Amino acid sequence: MQIVAYSCHYCAYAAADLAGVLRLSYPAAIRIVEVPCTGRLDVLEVLHAFEHGADGVMVAGCLEGDCHFQAGNLNARRRVARVKELITAVGLEPERIEMFNLSSAMGRQFADYAVKMTQQTASLGPSPLRAASGRVSRTGAGGDGLGTRREGSGDVGPSTQKTPAAHQERQR
Amino acid sequence: MIVAEQKPLDEIKGLIAEAEKVLVLGCGTCVTVCFAGGEKEAGILATSLRMASKIDGQPKDVTHTTVQRQCEWEYLDAVADQIREADIVVSVGCGIGVQAVVERFPEVWVVPGLNTSFMGLPTEQGVWEERCAACGSCILGLTGGICPIARCAKQLLNGPCGGSQNGVCEISKELPCAWQLIYDRLKSQNRLHLITQIQPPKDWSKSRDGGPRRITREDLRLAAEASE
Repeated sequence: MQIVAYSCHYCAYAAADLAGVLRLSYPAAIRIVEVPCTGRLDVLEVLHAFEHGADGVMVAGCLEGDCHFQAGNLNARRRVARVKELITAVGLEPERIEMFNLSSAMGRQFADYAVKMTQQTASLGPSPLRAASGRVSRTGAGGDGLGTRREGSGDVGPSTQKTPAAHQERQR
Repeated sequence: MIVAEQKPLDEIKGLIAEAEKVLVLGCGTCVTVCFAGGEKEAGILATSLRMASKIDGQPKDVTHTTVQRQCEWEYLDAVADQIREADIVVSVGCGIGVQAVVERFPEVWVVPGLNTSFMGLPTEQGVWEERCAACGSCILGLTGGICPIARCAKQLLNGPCGGSQNGVCEISKELPCAWQLIYDRLKSQNRLHLITQIQPPKDWSKSRDGGPRRITREDLRLAAEASE
């Protein structure tokens, strides 16, 4: 299973980093993509993630009212709602994408949200698009929605990783 | 601008059901500004169609490109190869764009991806309202710049009617009475005398009632002599 977690630089990505510092476990299916702000999140980019085989997408931004860029997370929430409509029309379940809000101090909550999203996605089964393509593609028309910040190699299955991708990234 | 909205995906899927190689053709002008058929929307539609066809078990080769204006053949010529290579072109331009592609490339199968709605403007981010009905004989100079043809449900020239209540039209509580707006505007400009002039019946022959319209400017035609 592969879940792309678009995480904002100022809160969610820092929370993931904190989760790593605290040595908290969360599912290895989570692949973090850092964005400057969830307001930067592009509907087309999320669709490409699904097209190239992501089973789920979690968008993690600052707490509402605490966005570093005033209202980027509120814009992201509306875009997530739009993506839900688009993927429903395509034939995917709308529960495959969810928006979460947390501060940079909420490392434990990040791990909890990652578990929640993984369980929710697992209950839906693998994406029919991944089944159709066989594996996650790194190339294709319109760009790669997954490969920009992937850690490790291939599908790591249901095991957990002790050190989050964000933390590994910082350690280099 | 011309305002449009995308057709439901299921309807577009039905239109392209028999094709394998699909080109989604966007337009960089009006429908880009109203977020219906620009580069971004063409990309979203192409991606959605690729995903949907894969889920349906019949993967299609769906690509997309966008031209500056679909309603001018010169811009279409720049993507002629892509248009000819496709089994079908889904135009996400307005209805004019669809027909421009068909007229330039008569052998190509072109279907609309949008429903062209009206000529209007954005009154706030994400909201568009109709402002012009292209009636062919503009009377905005008499009505304080507020069009009773586009904005009055009855297209009255000597309004308001009895359905105007507290400035609201009887067809919807959301719709302001155009003639109330005209009265308020003229009053604020000290030009209320304009509203007292009784307007004669409108010459609708200059509108759609006269059939498809055509404007010719001989001074601009390059091949005027050749065509005569």
